[in-house]
Amino acid sequence: MPQIAQIADTYSSQIFWLLLTFGFVFFVIGLGMVPKVQGTADARDAKISGDLDAAKAAFARADEAEADYRTRDAQNRSAAQALIARAKADAAKASETRLAAADADIAQVIGAAEARIAAASNAAMAQIETVAVDAARDMVARIAGVEASDEAARNAVKAALAHG
Amino acid sequence: MAESGKIDPMHQFAIEPLFGTDHLSIGGFNIAFTNSALYMVAAALVLWIFVVGGMKRELVPGRWQMAVEYMTGFIKNLLISNVGEGGRKYIPYVFSLFMFILLANLLGLLPLGLIGMHPFTFTSHFTATGVLAIMSFSIVLIVGFWKHGLHFFSLFVPHGTPALMVVPLFFIELVSFMVRPFSLGLRLFVAMTAGHVLLKVLAGFVINSANASPALGLTVGFASFVLMIGISALEVLVAVIQAYVFALLTSVYINDAENLH
Repeated sequence: MPQIAQIADTYSSQIFWLLLTFGFVFFVIGLGMVPKVQGTADARDAKISGDLDAAKAAFARADEAEADYRTRDAQNRSAAQALIARAKADAAKASETRLAAADADIAQVIGAAEARIAAASNAAMAQIETVAVDAARDMVARIAGVEASDEAARNAVKAALAHG
Repeated sequence: MAESGKIDPMHQFAIEPLFGTDHLSIGGFNIAFTNSALYMVAAALVLWIFVVGGMKRELVPGRWQMAVEYMTGFIKNLLISNVGEGGRKYIPYVFSLFMFILLANLLGLLPLGLIGMHPFTFTSHFTATGVLAIMSFSIVLIVGFWKHGLHFFSLFVPHGTPALMVVPLFFIELVSFMVRPFSLGLRLFVAMTAGHVLLKVLAGFVINSANASPALGLTVGFASFVLMIGISALEVLVAVIQAYVFALLTSVYINDAENLH
């Protein structure tokens, strides 16, 4: 077995070269390069988990914003509905008062018109009496040949008119 | 030595100096650049190339960067699940250990023999695995005594030990603790050696049976060859598992030092 047979001749060379090569591996590769490689991997892991956290936070913020939006939307909706209701009530009240005023105006106009109609019909009646008196005197004069007095004719007409 | 015909299945573990550096030495110690050292350098170089490809540091990684980050992430998860958040500072060491052993195991399995080279698995030498095991064990000792001082010895007395049992249990636990570097180093060495020997023995069967007679070649040789294919796949698995076991046990031991219990 050369491992044992050659040990006296080769142990120093084996140990020397092993320490030299492993020393190179440890100091140059292990200490010099591996931390950088591992650092890159760690930085990447940190970045990934950081990005994931940021995404999660953004999701939470979005949910919050949506909830906020919903409550504000509901508030605005109820405020708008209250506004509409008030406006409706106001409008109804206003139209009521205007209607009342218009009713009063109309009643006044109707009253005035009725008074005018009454006056006009009185005047017309008076005119009809005069015309009827004239007509009655004419008829009396033509039929009886008697000149009826104005007063007699008037009384007769009045009586006739009163009887309808 | 196990011999099968002219094929020596142990020859693959022989260490040979390369490039005429047989007598290179420091302070009287021979440091010849051997085929073993060549594969150590190769493993370090391949690992360096692999990790350099993952240094682009892009937010959206490419395939190569993804592969490198997967390996560092794998070691990070291993340490965090075994040691906790305090295990992060051991990522460079355990990553180096795991990848170095993994590449050593895998490079030793490359079928370079097909192009006339001799692949060598330096993790099949306990001189190499022993150094790695002693390093891991030293880190445990240093961290343990640094963080907990002499209180680190309480590791050898589990919670709820009856007073009568404290002393015997202390020595039992001490022995089991002191055995760790040996089990750590020998496990890797044995697993790699056994697998490679098995492959070479079967290869010897194929060659020798085919040389003996066509009938033997078609029966014994073919069966051995089919078995070799399966065992080669198994060896790739063993290469990964042994590297993982080494890294896992190191992190379990580091947990003892880091958190006591």
